[in-house]
Amino acid sequence: MNWTSFDTWIVITAALCAVACALPGCFLVLRKMSMMGDAISHAVLPGLAVAFLITGTRASSAMFIGAAIVGILTAVFTQWISKVGNVDRGAAMGIVFTTLFAIGLLLIVRAADHVDLDPGCVLYGAIELVPLDTVRLGEFEVPRAAAVLGVVLIANFGIVVALFKELRLSAFDPALADTLGFSSRFFHYLLMTMVAVTTVASFEAVGSIIVIAMLIVPAATALLLTRRLIPMIAIACGVAFLAAALGHVSALTVPRWFGFDTTTSSGMMAAMTGLLFGLAWLFSPSEGLVIRWLHQRRGSDGLRGGSPAQG
Amino acid sequence: MSELLKSMSPAGDATGEDLSFHPDDVPLAIHDLTVAYHRKPVLWDIDLDIPEGKLVGIVGPNGAGKSTLIKACLDLVPKTSGEVGIYGKPYRDQRHLVGYVPQRESVDWDFPVSALDVVAMGTYRRLGWFRRVGKKEREAAMAALEQVGVGHLADRQISQLSGGQQQRVFLARALAQDAKIYFMDEPFAAVDAATEEAIVKLLRSLNEQGKTCLVVHHDLATVSRYFDWLVLLNMRVVAAGPTSELFTEENLEKTYGGQLNLLNDAAKALSHATR
Repeated sequence: MNWTSFDTWIVITAALCAVACALPGCFLVLRKMSMMGDAISHAVLPGLAVAFLITGTRASSAMFIGAAIVGILTAVFTQWISKVGNVDRGAAMGIVFTTLFAIGLLLIVRAADHVDLDPGCVLYGAIELVPLDTVRLGEFEVPRAAAVLGVVLIANFGIVVALFKELRLSAFDPALADTLGFSSRFFHYLLMTMVAVTTVASFEAVGSIIVIAMLIVPAATALLLTRRLIPMIAIACGVAFLAAALGHVSALTVPRWFGFDTTTSSGMMAAMTGLLFGLAWLFSPSEGLVIRWLHQRRGSDGLRGGSPAQG
Repeated sequence: MSELLKSMSPAGDATGEDLSFHPDDVPLAIHDLTVAYHRKPVLWDIDLDIPEGKLVGIVGPNGAGKSTLIKACLDLVPKTSGEVGIYGKPYRDQRHLVGYVPQRESVDWDFPVSALDVVAMGTYRRLGWFRRVGKKEREAAMAALEQVGVGHLADRQISQLSGGQQQRVFLARALAQDAKIYFMDEPFAAVDAATEEAIVKLLRSLNEQGKTCLVVHHDLATVSRYFDWLVLLNMRVVAAGPTSELFTEENLEKTYGGQLNLLNDAAKALSHATR
């Protein structure tokens, strides 16, 4: 394996993205809104396209704002359709994000006649190219994507730290949150905004597939390993970081073992989150399949040990 | 004390709403309240004044709108028309006076929090935005847990509690809100005998402190033992007043109209009560 500073930057950028996603992801999972991350990350596409068509550049600030607005609109439309149309929220979500995604694709294909903004890049990203596009931060030459994702990560972390008790309350018991004067609707849209902004920031660098993986899988993995919120968030961030690092390393090495060339890193990172989830599912000390199987065996072997205490 | 004084100030001054019909010494005054879901009325033209310091049972058949009544009082569901005054003012100005116990099934008990964390949520309004739960709040939460007899379970994750213990955690959380009027949505639903007793004890002690409790209740057999005031509800208020005057076969028939099984229950309950 030939490790260069390029690889280091790729891992750093991916890790920043992964952890930035894992933070709002924990609350998505706890609110049972995992699919909302999926929906928003697809639906931002027309925002990107429209901003591009209006400004004519890929200058990220305009595209950033356009996409973030559409991301939040996804949440608003979903709420609205399920309420007014009296349909299931999942169905409403499906209607909104497929429609927006399709519009976005059409717009991009139209625009792509003249410029380089292609749908494949949006889906899979181009993390291998991240180190080429740099900005100066003081004395350092830093990839632009890493700088943007760093800012988003700090913002997400700041929000989770500052509003931890309110986020937890509104996720656990929105009705009580409302009666106490902490509008659960505000926190719903705050979370949706965090997801939309994080998605858009991650988009160019790593693509939407990995965003969806990083939003949900680290949080779901952490939930198998702990029953407390702060450790859950910490573990989710750790899993996200690990998946990013291992993903890149194995993208470089694993295919070689089988005689293939290296594969795409972001795909491997997403696959790695799945692998880590699988490990947690099998070997978690409290919920794991192995432990439960052992308990069952011990239970059926004899009555001497007694059954594990309930409650 | 300042909160108390605030609640005694003339009605309506903060909001400009006309609440002149709401005397500010009445814990809960409901006027002309109608609530509809998707154009189907759930509550129709409710007029109700709850006197202070009563243990009030809200009784009626399934779908009578009992939970909706509580939720409408707390601005959790939109009112189609009508007004609700809590000590003479709209709910949003009186949050500090109100404690709420939602139905136990309304939350996900697999959520990663401890019993103590849940109870501490009752102190959040006093804490306000951004401020963290400190020693004072944790002590208040612990005291509330002990008052309902589950202090030893403070560090348990809530899914490891039995149904009755979970219900007590919810009650402890309302206690931690330190309110003057409590709204409880079916606290007695599917709890064990020990929990039922603990809840009754708690209600009595709140009652002795002069607090007002509104409790949605299902079990007609225990109504007359638990509550000194009743609201008989079936979309409209069938009757409201002291239990001793209201708990008659005629009133129950009016409330449960036509539902034979329930009427039998009612008859049984009445024979219980008169025995």
